Amino acid sequence: MPYPVEQNEKFSAYAHPERLVSTEWLAAALEGGALDGGKLVVVESDEDVLLYETGHIPGAVKIDWHTDLNDEVTRDYVDGEAFAALAAAKGISRDSTVVIYGDKSNWWAAYALWVFTLFGHEDVRLLDGGRDKWIAEGRPITTDRTVPAAGDYPVVERNDAPIRAFKEDVLAHFGKPLIDVRSAEEYTGQRTHMPAYPEEGALRGGHIPTAASIPWARAAAEDGTYRSRPELEALYLEEAGLKEGDDVVAYCRIGERSSHTWFALKYLLGFDTVRNYDGSWTEWGNAVRVPIVKGADRGTVPAGFQKQ
Amino acid sequence: MRKLGLMNTSALPAALAEIVDDFQALEEAERLQLLLEFSRELPDPPTRLQDHPELMEQVVECQSPLFLTIETEPGVDGQPGGAPERVRLFFKAPPEAPTTRGFAGVLHEGLDGLSPAEILAVPDDMPELLGLTRAITPLRMRGMTAMLGRIKRKVAALPQQG
Repeated sequence: MPYPVEQNEKFSAYAHPERLVSTEWLAAALEGGALDGGKLVVVESDEDVLLYETGHIPGAVKIDWHTDLNDEVTRDYVDGEAFAALAAAKGISRDSTVVIYGDKSNWWAAYALWVFTLFGHEDVRLLDGGRDKWIAEGRPITTDRTVPAAGDYPVVERNDAPIRAFKEDVLAHFGKPLIDVRSAEEYTGQRTHMPAYPEEGALRGGHIPTAASIPWARAAAEDGTYRSRPELEALYLEEAGLKEGDDVVAYCRIGERSSHTWFALKYLLGFDTVRNYDGSWTEWGNAVRVPIVKGADRGTVPAGFQKQ
Repeated sequence: MRKLGLMNTSALPAALAEIVDDFQALEEAERLQLLLEFSRELPDPPTRLQDHPELMEQVVECQSPLFLTIETEPGVDGQPGGAPERVRLFFKAPPEAPTTRGFAGVLHEGLDGLSPAEILAVPDDMPELLGLTRAITPLRMRGMTAMLGRIKRKVAALPQQG
């Protein structure tokens, strides 16, 4: 049985309020002993592989986006067997309610949530505001090691198609909306990497033709929480021009920042078909014979890629 | 345990060789704990540098903000023409970036106070010897390699001593 859904005014305006919990809600749930018995599992997922060890929410387990979720040899996510082993080791069962939080406005937490969704984990939620908000509010953190009782997780094969786009899917998607969530400098092609992240460069700078530029962090408020529904609508409907029922693909550099946007479009605004293109610019910007656009204009569907 | 015998530690300055040996003697998970200890031990830069961040240089290859600078001081015996000058290293990285701080802590403990020649002799791929690449991922290791490279470039650019 899933854990009760939080009711509050901000969340109730979202299409799927059951996908978010507030710091107050989590604190109360922890005080109420929610972690006993594995019904609720709290997962921290950060960019920095050691940040969890410096202090984490009491009882939270750590999942690292790179070492736990990415396959070591293929540029892909772990398979069903590895995911089942990981989940069980973290005390997660198939029917557990999983609350994920992390650093940097939940950027990596959203990525972990997206990977959980590839495996069809039903009840997985984000802690609105993430690690920074929890700490800013003076809530308890600990360096005590969490030793979870093993969960019971079946081997479930990933179902990528509904929420993951590959390069071929993007080429076939032309004519439908794309959202580029990278910085303005990356979008225009002035630089091929995030400020301060040059190691993940690409040969060409620019964006996928027709993509609208909405940097991911614009969906987050100063305290790291998601912006309200009216604010998100102003961003994605008015500014980016998305319309109800659109089939949308979001991308960034390796698919992490766009997971944050994917979450906002899918669960907060309620677009049914939103896919995250995790190959993103590190694939597209290096791929042979794929079209790009340089500069601030979105550009048009390139000749030869028009939909029949 | 997997041996990391690509390069032995005899080519390294004593303090750095000792750190590498400590890392290599541990299992992978414990190596992360040791890196965390180094992140805690990294000293803050002196106030004169903290108040003037422009005097420090950002290592943009690191995923989290890291600033570093070097200074020189006379060798221990203080005799003109005697002991070579010593290089002092200063790092600044936020507590939310423990991996970056840990790398800085290793370089600080391993290299601070050495002569320019000793620092320049450290192999560029020394970070690989810590045996962290798998646990940390190659992507994150590049930050440490870049940090060492930056230190060596700054040392190489020091005015030549008569």
